[in-house]
Amino acid sequence: MFKDITLGQYYPADSVLHKLDPRVKLFGTLIYIICLFSFKGPIGIAIILGFLAAVIILSKVPFKFMVKGLRGIVFLVIFAGLINLFMTNGDIIWEWKKLHITRQGLDNCILMTTRMVLLIVGSSVMTLTTTPNSLTDGLEKSMKPLNKIKIPVHDISMMMSIALRFIPILTEETEKIQKAQMARGAEFDGKNIIKKVKAMIPLLVPLFVSAFRRANDLALAMEARCYNGGEGRTKMHPLRYVKSDVVAYVILWIFLALVIAARILWVKVLA
Amino acid sequence: MKNIIEASKLVFEYIHRDEEGNVEAIETALDHVDLEVKPGQFVAILGHNGSGKSTLAKNINALLTPSEGTLYVAGKNALEEENVWDVRKSAGMVFQNPDNQIIASVVEEDVAFGPENMGVPEDEIIKRVATALEAVGMTAYKDYSPNKLSGGQKQRVAIAGVMAMEPHCIIADESTAMLDPVGRKEVLKALHTLNKEKGITILYITHYMEEVTDADFVYVMEKGKVVMTGTPREVFSQVEKLEELRLSVPQITKLAYELKKSGVDLPDGILTKEELTQELKKLV
Repeated sequence: MFKDITLGQYYPADSVLHKLDPRVKLFGTLIYIICLFSFKGPIGIAIILGFLAAVIILSKVPFKFMVKGLRGIVFLVIFAGLINLFMTNGDIIWEWKKLHITRQGLDNCILMTTRMVLLIVGSSVMTLTTTPNSLTDGLEKSMKPLNKIKIPVHDISMMMSIALRFIPILTEETEKIQKAQMARGAEFDGKNIIKKVKAMIPLLVPLFVSAFRRANDLALAMEARCYNGGEGRTKMHPLRYVKSDVVAYVILWIFLALVIAARILWVKVLA
Repeated sequence: MKNIIEASKLVFEYIHRDEEGNVEAIETALDHVDLEVKPGQFVAILGHNGSGKSTLAKNINALLTPSEGTLYVAGKNALEEENVWDVRKSAGMVFQNPDNQIIASVVEEDVAFGPENMGVPEDEIIKRVATALEAVGMTAYKDYSPNKLSGGQKQRVAIAGVMAMEPHCIIADESTAMLDPVGRKEVLKALHTLNKEKGITILYITHYMEEVTDADFVYVMEKGKVVMTGTPREVFSQVEKLEELRLSVPQITKLAYELKKSGVDLPDGILTKEELTQELKKLV
């Protein structure tokens, strides 16, 4: 199941988007989400679709790869769509026993599903073109003002990057433990849910023990290398804006302005 | 500064407490240990599990503070709180498990972790990282993920990470214990190269006797005490005493010892295959 979720998977390629500063991409995703939830009318959606298509082409990531991410949430999208379709009150256009579809319900359903699909595809563009490391770097740098209200931004980003580093190690370890327990007669595949959950215990307990041991070792290793929190730390490759980042910012602002303009225009047309 | 590490009558006790904080048991991990390491030496500490050798290493890196005695690392008193960071800068440490000491997801960034913590300026970090990776022969892997490397390569990255902090001394705390023979050789070779070419003092902690035949000086520890000291030749010539301590002597030394016992006229403390063949040729 985890194989299907593209969200959070990096696709290495040599494109303009890959080279952008992670802060620009984070900000871009934010703008994109704002646009998704504020557009009205056909021109608005056309601008958003055009923007998304341009970004996808620029990213050089195969389209197939992006849509793959949708597979994991198909059920969620259909469910949300159906709820909207049948549960909205308004002018009834179709009725069968207790079920009814209203015009407003149909509108909501279409709007909701498009938004969700576009949201997933759009945000996976960011994660597909940004390495997890530069993503945490970008987050750390753009969240820095939060330090003032006592949010430990550096510590959180350090935890994130360590977590990312240890995911493959712990996955490998899980497989090892699983095989070791299977060799001693444990059953992990069965249909009975309760049995399946119970079978996880001999897997999770050793995994947790080893994770704690690793954490302890790692803390020692970090201390031995003079780690003393974020204060006074320098970076080998600090984030710095270049010309293309500025251009990207300008494009993003224009995009937002266009979507808002289209919205105002559409409201006037309706009136 | 005469000695880079100087410990005298060093005592370290692990104190076990029960739930109310009362002392349940005191375990003496280091029992009046004396240690002297001169700059540029390759010193080995031998001993099997629980002999206190890792505890000693952690004391020298100021990860643990001794209960009694004196300890100076590069002229700084390691018992004083304010010297902790200086001590760690001058005595870098490489640990046992290769996976649990690499912090970043890219080799280059991991090597930069130490200097970044020390607040070294950007261009200086880049220079140091390049030199450190070059010194351990890992330059070609600088953009790799550590997960894609072998155990020996990971340990070499860890050594580079310490090197980038430009320490006077590197403590390798059983750094080869989890590696295969090939990886073990790689790491040992890297440390010897650093010792010879860059003049870095190495404190090499292990329970593999074969690895320390090239060392300048050997300490053997047992139950928190230093029980034997000397050059490898002096130490390994005392085969009976080593076996009493349940330490296995290198195969060649053992062979020479057995030959001598059964009447062949050989000198004590033969360390390498070449030496043994030469001595045997003399007899023929």
